[in-house]
Amino acid sequence: MTSFRLNGHDVTVDVPEDTPLLWVIRDEVGLTGTKFGCGIGMCGACTVHVGGRATRSCITPVSAVQGADITTIEGLDPAGNHPVQEAWKDLQVPQCGYCQSGQIMQAASLLHDYPSPSDEDIDAVMGGSLCRCMTYIRIRDAIKRAAAATRGEPSNG
Amino acid sequence: MGKLGRMGLGNRAGNEAENGLSRRGFLMAAVGTGVMFGFPAARAAQQFAAPGLPGDGAFEPTIWCAIAPDGTITVNIIRAEMGQHVGTALARIIADEMNADWNHVKINYVDSDPKWGLMVTGGSWSVWMTWDVFRQAGAAARLALTEAGAGLLGVPAAQCTTRDGMVIAGSKSIGYGDIVARAHPTRSFTPDEMAKLPLKPASERHLIGNETLKALDIPAKTNGTAIYGIDAKVEGMVYARPKMPPTRYGSRVRSVDDSAARAVKGYQRYLVIQDPSEVVQGWVVAIADTYSAAIRAADLLKVDWAPGETVNVSEKDVIDHGRAQIDRKDGGVMVFDDKGVDSTFAAAASTFSQDYTCASVLHYQLEPTNALAFEKDGIFEIHAGNQWQSLILPTLAKALDRPEKSIVLRSYLLGGGFGRRLNGDYMIPAALASKALGKPVKLILTRSDDMQFDSFRSPSIQRIRVAFDGQKAITAMEYHASAGWPTQVMAAAFMSKGVDGKPYDPFAIAGGDHWYEVGPLRVRALSNDLANRTFRPGWLRSVSPGWVSWGLESSWDEIAHIQGKDPVQFRLEHLTGAGRNKGEAPDSTGGALRQAAVVRRVAEKAGWGRPMPKDTALGIATTFGQERGMPTWIACCAEVHVDRATGIVRCRKLTIVVDAGTIVDPDGARAQTEGAALWGLSMALFEGSEIVGGLPRDRNLNTYTPLRIADVPEMEIEFLPSTEKPTGLGEPGTTVVAPAIGNAIFNAVGVRMRHLPIRPADVLRALKEKGASAA
Repeated sequence: MTSFRLNGHDVTVDVPEDTPLLWVIRDEVGLTGTKFGCGIGMCGACTVHVGGRATRSCITPVSAVQGADITTIEGLDPAGNHPVQEAWKDLQVPQCGYCQSGQIMQAASLLHDYPSPSDEDIDAVMGGSLCRCMTYIRIRDAIKRAAAATRGEPSNG
Repeated sequence: MGKLGRMGLGNRAGNEAENGLSRRGFLMAAVGTGVMFGFPAARAAQQFAAPGLPGDGAFEPTIWCAIAPDGTITVNIIRAEMGQHVGTALARIIADEMNADWNHVKINYVDSDPKWGLMVTGGSWSVWMTWDVFRQAGAAARLALTEAGAGLLGVPAAQCTTRDGMVIAGSKSIGYGDIVARAHPTRSFTPDEMAKLPLKPASERHLIGNETLKALDIPAKTNGTAIYGIDAKVEGMVYARPKMPPTRYGSRVRSVDDSAARAVKGYQRYLVIQDPSEVVQGWVVAIADTYSAAIRAADLLKVDWAPGETVNVSEKDVIDHGRAQIDRKDGGVMVFDDKGVDSTFAAAASTFSQDYTCASVLHYQLEPTNALAFEKDGIFEIHAGNQWQSLILPTLAKALDRPEKSIVLRSYLLGGGFGRRLNGDYMIPAALASKALGKPVKLILTRSDDMQFDSFRSPSIQRIRVAFDGQKAITAMEYHASAGWPTQVMAAAFMSKGVDGKPYDPFAIAGGDHWYEVGPLRVRALSNDLANRTFRPGWLRSVSPGWVSWGLESSWDEIAHIQGKDPVQFRLEHLTGAGRNKGEAPDSTGGALRQAAVVRRVAEKAGWGRPMPKDTALGIATTFGQERGMPTWIACCAEVHVDRATGIVRCRKLTIVVDAGTIVDPDGARAQTEGAALWGLSMALFEGSEIVGGLPRDRNLNTYTPLRIADVPEMEIEFLPSTEKPTGLGEPGTTVVAPAIGNAIFNAVGVRMRHLPIRPADVLRALKEKGASAA
């Protein structure tokens, strides 16, 4: 049995200890916003927050999150209105959308560490998140917009 | 076991699973309310994409839309939603023509049904194909609502107008929903009647071209509620993962040993798939309670195969075979074969001949291929994202040995299409496994499975020959290309006919039939049969124009330099719009002169001719998008810097000008062009695979390296204003980037690259050779 908190709820699962957290979230708990892309931690589609840190759930064994606090895209904001989500909608970032849960979770973590990210900060932190539709231009713009909104600055369009 | 465990033959683990509840099944039953997880709603036993069906009492003037008594307008979308916001773009067309209130419009992605006609999403066709029928359907709805509304208002219909979802007569008005609720209109329209309805002039459109509307599919893609094929589930389903055979075709399973797999908790059994449609050959699938168990079990299955005959084929073999095909005068299909090609070449003062090659390219759509299959009430349901339902249905019927009408494909969002899901082959093993087990099966390919099974972009070789007169003017041209032919392999009914009456794959030659004036032109398409035997050639974003343009537009610069002409000026001189290049209304009105216009504009916009820093230059390329019958005129200027020490090519800026006729969805058009152009950049500099031992070498991102955020250049995109019929935008942006970069590299450092992708090592080698020849 492994127990942790997921989006504020207590969860206990009975699965082999080396089961990737991704499949526990998707198939045991049933939250499907977190996606399976590469399975080797190199595309970022499975990104969730573990203890507030962006983590690749596809290569994280469930035993490693015993007692941890985990947030998925469904729990980032109760109404789906986190500044990153707002910026994503304002700038019409998603195309197919499959990577975007991971992009948003990674971007939210980025803004926590870098409230005023430079292009280089964005390249470094978002470089592990693959978008096959190549929405990168809008991802960059939306991160800057969300950063400005978080700092309380009006958006300049 | 000594003999094959053929399909339907159970093993010990399987029997146990059938005889009683597995431990996990028991746990699920015990906590079926989800209390254990604290998520009252999340752990639903069943999760399907929600159809947006209209409620009771809705009025359906045509099959394309329904107006409900509450005013909601449901638009039926038969195209796949894979990032292009196609539902929003198409709904705009119908809603604009019916003068609907956009706030009341919702979209419904329909399941497969013969009434929809051809269900395919590809070729950048959707808006172009739907433009006429949706305007007519919108006009039909507007007319029927106007007549019924006029009756309720007590005025003649001729005195009524429509706006924002209302029928208006002077100071009186009534909403579309109220009209449906009170008058219960029933009028319907035949296709002939629809075709005769008067349509709004472009000047009166309020949704088409509107910059402020948002895509209807986006909010759900920011909060985790969007449902893709991989998210579909049904109670009682088991998970399956394949153990991939050593060749795409012809591998035969000799024996399976699952003794190690049986130690995996949740493993049930394996199946050897026997597919009467022969789409999947030599597949073994591991069946388990959970997908993570299926992954492990498949890893541990030991399968002995007799491999297919292509087990030693390499990328070089395929290219060499194509080169040999081109070397022979016979063979292939003539797409164009103008009179006088041979005699003009015979009389030429000099000639140009050059070969260009492109590597295999993998789709790597981010959602691995998957399908959920089960039989319910006599209907076999397949839940999966797919781009060409009409193509896979007959194959599924053959595989399952049941009539097409007893199979339904349920539509889901696609986690990327890019042409991979035009080929629905991944549904077949899911369906066959479900049939064999008599229960729902969710088959998911891991990334490595998916890449090995990909129907990837074939390696290609093209040869361009040009005849010159004594003044180096072009007097004739030959274009030859050999590649795997996806349409021949998968959809033979969609082949085109050459001028010699023979069938050819238009998606493996389009682009060669260009709009330049060159005198007599021969365009010859060759099916690389070694490619076709070795793998399942696929349609990949921008299909042949994505690689044809690499050769054609590179050669065009080479020829300009031979003539000592500016590449922009040289192109303009040959885009004269004469003869067959003058275009035809409504699809290619204006012809090559519109291509000349985008070339002129992109040169101006990018500052063509301005001084540049050292080892930095602009390069230009232009294409007509996907096909002569539906040209999207596009030109690109790439600004690149070449590092002579490392061979690294850095693209600093892409300037792109597009004429795609009427732009229905301006922001969506820009998004598609951004993504398509970056695909072009990715295939130019960052990604490309290689056939090794009959299979693509790359199996994941550890070796396959598509473009990432730090590689993205500055981009400027402009759409020329137009009220012509809209053409396509999903792919044209891809076609122009690689040759623009190749041409820029030449302008920057003087080396000519003739293979895609352009790797730093290749640039270094070319620089070295140039240095050696200069010294």
